[in-house]
Amino acid sequence: MLKELRPALLLLAAMTVLTGLVYPLAVTGIAQAVFPAQANGSLIERDGHVVGSALIAQGFIRPEYVHPRPSAAGPNGYDAAASGASNLGPTAKALADTVTARVEAVKAENPDAKGPVPADLVTASASGLDPDLSPAAALYQAARVARARGVPEEAVRALIAEETRGRFWGMLGEPRVNVLRLNLALDERFPMK
Amino acid sequence: MDASGILQIVLFVGIVVAITPLLGGYMARVFSGERVALSRALGPLERALYRLCGVRPEQEQHWTAYALSVLTFSLAGVLLLYALLRAQSWLPFNPAGLGSMPPDLAFNTAVSFVTNTNWQAYAGESALSYFSQMAGLTVQNFVSAAAGIAVAVALIRGFARRSARTVGNFYVDLTRTTLYVLLPVCVVGALVLVWQGVPQTLGAYTEATTLEGDRQVIAHGPVASQMMIKHLGTNGGGFFGQNAAHPFENPTPLANLIHMVAIFAIGAGLTNSFGRMVGDVRQGWALLAVMGVLFLAGVAVACWAEAQGNPALAALGLDQPVNMEGKEVRFGIASTILFAVVTTAASCGAVNAMHDSLMPLAGMVPLVNMMLGEVIVGGVGAGLYGMLLFVVMAVFIAGLMVGRTPEYLGKKIEAREIKLAVLAILAPAFGILGLGALSIVLPAGAASATAAGPHGLSEILYAYTSAAANNGSAFAGFAANTPYQNGMLALAMLIGRFLIIVPVLAIAGSVAAKKAVPVSAGTFPTHGGLFVGLLVGVILIVGGLTFFPTLALGPIAEHLLLATGTLF
Repeated sequence: MLKELRPALLLLAAMTVLTGLVYPLAVTGIAQAVFPAQANGSLIERDGHVVGSALIAQGFIRPEYVHPRPSAAGPNGYDAAASGASNLGPTAKALADTVTARVEAVKAENPDAKGPVPADLVTASASGLDPDLSPAAALYQAARVARARGVPEEAVRALIAEETRGRFWGMLGEPRVNVLRLNLALDERFPMK
Repeated sequence: MDASGILQIVLFVGIVVAITPLLGGYMARVFSGERVALSRALGPLERALYRLCGVRPEQEQHWTAYALSVLTFSLAGVLLLYALLRAQSWLPFNPAGLGSMPPDLAFNTAVSFVTNTNWQAYAGESALSYFSQMAGLTVQNFVSAAAGIAVAVALIRGFARRSARTVGNFYVDLTRTTLYVLLPVCVVGALVLVWQGVPQTLGAYTEATTLEGDRQVIAHGPVASQMMIKHLGTNGGGFFGQNAAHPFENPTPLANLIHMVAIFAIGAGLTNSFGRMVGDVRQGWALLAVMGVLFLAGVAVACWAEAQGNPALAALGLDQPVNMEGKEVRFGIASTILFAVVTTAASCGAVNAMHDSLMPLAGMVPLVNMMLGEVIVGGVGAGLYGMLLFVVMAVFIAGLMVGRTPEYLGKKIEAREIKLAVLAILAPAFGILGLGALSIVLPAGAASATAAGPHGLSEILYAYTSAAANNGSAFAGFAANTPYQNGMLALAMLIGRFLIIVPVLAIAGSVAAKKAVPVSAGTFPTHGGLFVGLLVGVILIVGGLTFFPTLALGPIAEHLLLATGTLF
């Protein structure tokens, strides 16, 4: 029995060192040297302070900012240490009720917006930290943001178009706008007086 | 589905088919003990490991010894991982100061990662230290994958050898697979993922002050190193609670494609290694063709179902695509559905969207993929040996139809092999239906379903299917972290892993000992279209007869109710 145990235990110990310590630490070392920005979480600084990560949604409620998708991460949403989703199924009454309320709220916030409400603006994302909006969902808020900043709507729409990234190789994923980057660009281009 | 979605599916399938012969040929050389390009660099390490651990690489094992080694190694893995999780608060690399796991959750997690399931009843960012993620989970991500591959290689040797007593040495197969296949791909792949934006740091969680002046704590860590093996080894256990939907695990559509290709790469490649090692590559392509037919059928059904959109939301006048609840904007419908089908066809279980919020029939496709035994590419190793179990059934049925003793690759398939194959095919069905039914009947189990109506049944059914199939994805509304579910789901995972592995190794030993029967005019060729069709039929009929009633009560009933506007 001992003869059978020895290779099992020792190989497990050796693999723990090799794949559990050497491998991740080596990758950490190389990643920190070659891609330090990404390896540390794609953090964005403004005036020397970290204002967030380009990959992580943060809550925006002021009218001069473009608002992100609803979030179920943490009790108040956008908790970047507690990713989460609603996990409501298609036949859940709670889903229909929540989305109905959000549609009303979004329409009230954006009285000048035309056309149907983009679905991503009123549904909670899978991670609760989705950093992006569909271009339609960003454009839906353009009139409100423009009015709050006292600039023409066309200027805001042009900036959204600039910040829109298309599909990768024209086929992977969906076109999208990064909300934090867009709001930083808004602050830079059209600062609040 | 628009043109870009279809192009994406074509691109993905094309990449997988293109790398199959390359990786398959390379792995066949690794499994046969031949020198490969990396032997010069890693050979000394390989030999040092054997010396240290008292493994004599030239000494092969009888199937019983091979199985005993798998079981011993796995048991040791459960105990070590359990101990690490229980002792987490005293161990290093814990900048967030997280406490130790409670016993039932630690047991469930240990079993989950050792069985290559990676069912997670916890959220990584708030439950696990960097040390537990690396030295605990990442290790089992590697070795549970390598163990599954080793078992498949033993079965391949069984078919390839003539009148042989042994099927290989488990520790050699485990070591060579880890050193020459998993590790090199992971080092390169992890760095590519970092380039795409996946964090890789040991620093403490970052504190940010948002543009509106709020405080935001951003969890990160050594994510990329775990991501790569999690997909390549079809493990699927996320660093974060929301798995590959979390932007740090899966930041871009390109990272998403890399994840999906990694999930299929080894499983598809093994069909080619199989063909080479039994001396007829067409046999491998035939198995891959069966997998391809079932895979594309699943993608088609799920895409169609999801594109219908939720009528309850469409009624509110939303823009298309309507069903964005539980999805990420960067993936949309096409990349989400493709990932959902891939992750459940293989036994990965990573998710890039919340399956609980998929349309009923789109959510049924992942469920069916798992119920069919995850033979559509499948878990690394597990997919191939699962498929070969169905091959045994298929040639048996073909033999019955023409009144000949069934053969496969020159080996007579007799009563012993059929019985073992039936046992291995029925074991997970017992785990799904038996333990699932118990969870519905007992109040302690039924309380975990959070949705009312047929969707609640789907949640329980999905949990036990995922556990017994060693997948690990979830209808995540299901409240998994209760003592009852932690215990029973661990039992389902153990059944789904070892009640298949032991019969598979018994078949390996049994067919290895047989002489080869020469090919004659009466031999049923197992590399042509007729056999592919027969095998697809057998898989669908066995799966359909076993599981259709529960599917009718769950997702199919929900689909019909949704059309009538019934909500719960």
